[in-house]
Amino acid sequence: MTPPPGAEPPPATRPGPPARSWKRRAGRRGPRLWPALAAPGTLWILALFAVPFYAVAAVAFGYTDPIFNSPVPEWDPRYWDLTAFGEIVRRSLYGDLQPVFLRTLLYVGAALAVCVLLGYPVAYYLARHAGRRRGLLLALVLAPWWINYITRMLAWLNLLQDDGYVNDLLLFTHIVSEPVRWLSGNPYTVVLALIYGYIPFFIVPLYSTLDRVDERLLEAARDLGCSGRRAFWHVTLPLSRHGLMTASAVTALPMFGDYYTNTLVSGSPTTTMVGNQIEFYLLGGTRKELGASLVLLLSALLMALMAYYLIASRRAETDLT
Amino acid sequence: MVLAAITWAYVIWSLVPVLVAIQFSFNAGKSRSSWQGFSLRWYAGDPNSVAADPSLRLALVNSLVLAALTTLVATPLGVALALGLSRWRGRTSRVSNGLMLLPLATPEIVMGSALYLVFTNLYLFIPLGRPAQLLGHVTFSISYVVVIVRSRLASIGEEYETAARDLGADRLTALRLVVLPLLLPAIFASAMIVVASSMDDFVISSFLSPDASSVTVPIKLYSAVRNSPSPALNALATLLLAGSALALFLAWLVLRRRGASDALKEMATM
Repeated sequence: MTPPPGAEPPPATRPGPPARSWKRRAGRRGPRLWPALAAPGTLWILALFAVPFYAVAAVAFGYTDPIFNSPVPEWDPRYWDLTAFGEIVRRSLYGDLQPVFLRTLLYVGAALAVCVLLGYPVAYYLARHAGRRRGLLLALVLAPWWINYITRMLAWLNLLQDDGYVNDLLLFTHIVSEPVRWLSGNPYTVVLALIYGYIPFFIVPLYSTLDRVDERLLEAARDLGCSGRRAFWHVTLPLSRHGLMTASAVTALPMFGDYYTNTLVSGSPTTTMVGNQIEFYLLGGTRKELGASLVLLLSALLMALMAYYLIASRRAETDLT
Repeated sequence: MVLAAITWAYVIWSLVPVLVAIQFSFNAGKSRSSWQGFSLRWYAGDPNSVAADPSLRLALVNSLVLAALTTLVATPLGVALALGLSRWRGRTSRVSNGLMLLPLATPEIVMGSALYLVFTNLYLFIPLGRPAQLLGHVTFSISYVVVIVRSRLASIGEEYETAARDLGADRLTALRLVVLPLLLPAIFASAMIVVASSMDDFVISSFLSPDASSVTVPIKLYSAVRNSPSPALNALATLLLAGSALALFLAWLVLRRRGASDALKEMATM
């Protein structure tokens, strides 16, 4: 085999003390090559992820220009002004934002509960019993993942119109006597839309955990006299705890920041969520420091949730070993 | 069996609405709720069709251009970062490693707001619109590329590279002649996934779009669906769907060599 152009000859054929010079050269070149490869991407993420996050803080803790009455970001932490952030915290605890936070929590909680109740059986069937149809089913379950989110909502908007297919069906089967008004501030529609939007993100990580559960453990449980149901409760369910938590985190995080689902299927102030308030203050009004404060508050809550998830999932892993 | 019934019911529930929406993009009438026969008028021909309406056409072009540019920038950056991070050991590399994963765990609204505020307050030389959208899309796409390429790097192992080096190739040559060709399927697949996720993104594009000139397909669907619904929107959504389906199909074809369900699983772990 001819050595590739530009390469030095194999060290064994070289006279003198080849091993050391070869090693020295690699040692010189290597440590510099890898950081050099990683540098552009790292700098990119620093400049366009870390710095922007700092910009949120700078705007939230900035001051209001007395002449133009417009918010001015403060980049120096020594001069940060906590007035706007304090206002947001106060309003979230006692004021007009309190119901918004509670509503967000309620909607996300309800949607997540249905995701568990519906998603677990689907993931379980897919991992354990799908048999020959598994490839097909997996592809079908994955499909919504890659259909544009807004398109999927658009699909429901078509179906849920006053004269749409859903009302046709409900009227035809005499479940309701007049068309349900789904799309004007109906909280059930918002929760259903959230479930529909995010459940694929719940099923897939759960499936991959259930798929890895060792079949022999279940056989052992059965050999020791466990019924199928007891084997599920005592073997499969504890083993899938980690997957359940991952799936919940993966679905809950984006749901907390969702505003477009709500706008699309409801658009009414009676179903406003935190995300809608952020959008309103940042893109709509002149009080961007309030929007930025709200982003900080939401991020803090989500980080607490993430920290809990990381601790709990580490505990779940050590419990297994 | 109950589980089978639940699963099939779920699949039908999750896909049929979209199929109905696609069906109505071919409706001969103006309605989105009653079927009046097959026609292609909402794609081309009608003055309000995707081909004739300038705002719909612009949205489609914007989405495609943005996806192509994002892929061109994000793929090389991500591949280099993945190679660097998988071999480079040190404290800085651990920081960079954690930093790289953060965009995946950040809700889009937080990232969208942060980018919006940084472009309007600090990076004033980058105007909102396509330039800002491109930078934003690349930021969330890099992590995808890194995750896919690194998992492939881990499964290749270091043996081939060591063998090349024993045969006298230096690190860069080994990388170019041995590792990169082995990585090619993963690189292509991650590029296609970047295309699809860029075309599908709504939140980042929308926060960074100041006016009608930088509207992408998801933004157009979002703003028009409540104000001026028409089957042309369904046609636009169908075209977007076809675009990302094509990209993902290509990714799947390349990954398939390692078994179809493995490839699906790999795309699932994204």
